[in-house]
Amino acid sequence: MPGRLVGDLVLTAPAPLRRSAALLALLGLHAVLAGAAPVLGRRLGPRVLLVCALAPAATVAWALARAGGVLDGRPVTEVRPWVGELGVELAFRLDGFSLLMVALVSGIGVPVFVYAWRYFAPRPDIGRFAGLLTAFAGAMLGVVLTDNLLVLYVCWELTSITSYLLIGFDDTKAPARAAALQALLITGAGGLAMLAGFVLLGQAAGTYTFSEILADPPTGTTVGIAAALVLAGAFTKSAQVPFHSWLPGAMAAPTPVSAYLHSATMVKAGVYLIARFAPALAPVVGWWRPVVVSVGVVTMLVGGLAALRQHDVKLLLAHGTVSQLGFLVALFGAGWEEATFAAAALLLAHGLFKATLFMTVGIVDHAAHTRDLRQLSGLHATLRPVAVVAVIATASMAGLPPFLGFVAKEAGLEALLHEGSSATLVLVGIVAGSALTVAYGARYVWGAFATKPGRAGAPMAATPVEPPGAAILAPAVVLTVATVLLGAVPALADPLVEGAATSLDPRVEGVHLALWHGITVALGLSVLAVTVGVALFVGRDRMARLQAALPRTSSGTEVYQATLTATLRLADRVTSVVQSGSLPRYLQVALVTLLVLPGTALLSGPGLPDDLAIAESPLQVVVAALVVGAALAAARSRRRFAAVLCLGGVGYGVAVLFVIQGAPDLALTQLLVETLAVVIFVLVLRHLPERFSETSRRLSRLSRAAVSAGVGTFVAAFALIAGAARQEPAVSGEHLARALPDGGGRNVVNVILVDFRGLDTMGEITVLAVAALGIASLVLSGRSERTAGLAAHDPDEPAPATEADGPVGAVSSAGGDRLG
Amino acid sequence: MTVTLALTVGALFAFGTYLLLQRTLTRVVIGLGLMGHGANLLLLLAGGRAGDAPFVSDDGPPAAAADPLPQALALTAIVITFGVTAFLLALAYRSWQHTHDDDVEDDPEDRRIAALASEEHTPARQGES
Repeated sequence: MPGRLVGDLVLTAPAPLRRSAALLALLGLHAVLAGAAPVLGRRLGPRVLLVCALAPAATVAWALARAGGVLDGRPVTEVRPWVGELGVELAFRLDGFSLLMVALVSGIGVPVFVYAWRYFAPRPDIGRFAGLLTAFAGAMLGVVLTDNLLVLYVCWELTSITSYLLIGFDDTKAPARAAALQALLITGAGGLAMLAGFVLLGQAAGTYTFSEILADPPTGTTVGIAAALVLAGAFTKSAQVPFHSWLPGAMAAPTPVSAYLHSATMVKAGVYLIARFAPALAPVVGWWRPVVVSVGVVTMLVGGLAALRQHDVKLLLAHGTVSQLGFLVALFGAGWEEATFAAAALLLAHGLFKATLFMTVGIVDHAAHTRDLRQLSGLHATLRPVAVVAVIATASMAGLPPFLGFVAKEAGLEALLHEGSSATLVLVGIVAGSALTVAYGARYVWGAFATKPGRAGAPMAATPVEPPGAAILAPAVVLTVATVLLGAVPALADPLVEGAATSLDPRVEGVHLALWHGITVALGLSVLAVTVGVALFVGRDRMARLQAALPRTSSGTEVYQATLTATLRLADRVTSVVQSGSLPRYLQVALVTLLVLPGTALLSGPGLPDDLAIAESPLQVVVAALVVGAALAAARSRRRFAAVLCLGGVGYGVAVLFVIQGAPDLALTQLLVETLAVVIFVLVLRHLPERFSETSRRLSRLSRAAVSAGVGTFVAAFALIAGAARQEPAVSGEHLARALPDGGGRNVVNVILVDFRGLDTMGEITVLAVAALGIASLVLSGRSERTAGLAAHDPDEPAPATEADGPVGAVSSAGGDRLG
Repeated sequence: MTVTLALTVGALFAFGTYLLLQRTLTRVVIGLGLMGHGANLLLLLAGGRAGDAPFVSDDGPPAAAADPLPQALALTAIVITFGVTAFLLALAYRSWQHTHDDDVEDDPEDRRIAALASEEHTPARQGES
């Protein structure tokens, strides 16, 4: 507490914490608007999206106000207790890197909301869409702001769930539903692995506070396993090979969702996690750097090659996102400080240009009613402003000067060059990936906007377009202006990027963005990449033939499908085995469980008691033997009556055992009840066949006998061992002493029943009443059917007179024989 | 603890379980009856060794009285077991009225699910081979 006061009052003090309730309030605003949007949507139509844009706009405004202090290294924090016993607290922390992420999530969020407002024609479910998009933005904000691993997990899964609903928003289309499910299953499975990793990490570190774990990372084998599990979550979320298949599918979502999901949210969550962990874990987990960097580079190449094959320009961009995410993971994952800095710049650049590109795709789609580049032609003239915006964004993506993408990529190449020989292979991969980026970027611009050659050499006729309004292009223009401005004057972006990178890795201090480094090796590599990329684009027909000739690499979707099918088939098989519909088998499963679980516990119990005796008296042994014999006969008997009589014999024998044990009350009750029970048995059995039907096979008889013997042994052992478990004296001493003075009765058992434990007796009477009601309705409903004449024509049904007076056994056995 | 009683309880449960795992409802009810007897004895056994009946005379309770609490619980259990037995017998009677049989059939819904699973496998297996 004193530290907190110092931090608040003395701003020059080194304690760099500032507290603010606004963090929680902003997340709350997202939640409130998300909840209200469905209602507001009915009245406002698409304008509800503008109302919802208030949430990210407020976040941006607040972040701007706090930016100065945060970038100087004074994070804003807030901690609220939640589940104290589990170490879960609503801890939030805005440091430099979180600020960059907030700039992306909310800063790109506002244009996306505005874009969506113009994108959608009025439709009844627009409110639901706005609510989901706001919830999605809020969940993502939670991911990048929280300082507790378990809260991070909760927000992480919230983004999975909201993205599932958003991808499948057009829920009448089967492909959209399938894509949504694929995204949910892959990212959800990764999320579960990540949770396990978080728990391992939290237990090893003794805290679930993210910043504390990063400041002092635990070491050991457990941490290695935890890192692998966390990476599984990050790789699935950020669509890294081999989990990348869901992201291209996710472009089934409405375009505003794609623009948001591909640029600033969802896929950046995995990158965020890797960026946070890499500086801390790369030094302590030996395999971290080679694995993460190779996965990133391979993803960059796989995504780039796939993008070159696409004819749907939106799908082309989606594969491009996979490629760019690989680039980001490779740069962040290495944990090299300069690469981390470059990656932070690339993160910003990618958010800006990718959101813009998806927005232009959506405008083209709306205007021309197709996204197939073989059908689009001449749009550079008919949609000139859109084309200009798209060209600038593509140039930034391809790493051409003077845009932000170029600045970021140059920084990345510089960083890898400075790492020396250890990074050579990475450098080669990334230059190759950059060449592919240039090629698919050119393919996008050409595909969407160029005038294509038609048949017989004449240019293809321009695709008819409906001119879009200015308002739908405005958000893309705003983002493009940022791309140009931050690229031309990198000093504008520098504080944000440097602050972000420094909060990840303090060694970054002193690195800066620059548009012009002079004639350097990095520049040479950029020129090389652009040249190769242009060559790939110019030779696109040859490239297509080459790709067609190469064996098709598995797209990941096939692996996903195979896994899904195999899982469902396994579930079918398990179900058909365990859910056979046979009641005896279900009981056997339950009883075997009893033997295995509590049976094991019993063996590790307190052992046998001290006051063990063979028997109370010789008489007890004789009666017990008779009881067991009668029970054996009841179990073996093939005839109903014999079995019931044996059961009655057991009951009378047990009554005698009660007397020997000193319980005459029980013996009396037992005798009466047993007599009554035998009478009822006889009343029912006279209808039933004399013999039991014997249908079971030998094997099932054997397994039944084995389970029964096991249960008998278990209960006998339990009876003996439980006696040794008593730790306190019995309460019944009190009962004996107080029966006469307090209960006014000499028979202590009776006093207990009607006085000390009267409520038990009340419950017992209720059970009897319910049973009596059930019996009455069962018997009476049968009688009403009979009076209605349903059974009157049934020759097997004995006439009422015979039933009452006739020889019972003969009638029922006759009926039984005919049936059997 | 009396070993004889513990073994009797075990035997009653074993034979009861054996009957419980049958398909004939009458045998299931008889099995339940046997287990009920076993459970009542088990309750009594939990009270410890035998003793005098827990009646209070003018001189106070007997010195070596049997524990009265398990007796009270067992008494309740006896009556409830009787209620359950009577209800199950009414059920068996009803089953006989409908089917002239008191066998517990397999759940048709579950059977259908199991059959469905094997149907789906057949073409898949052919595809694999």
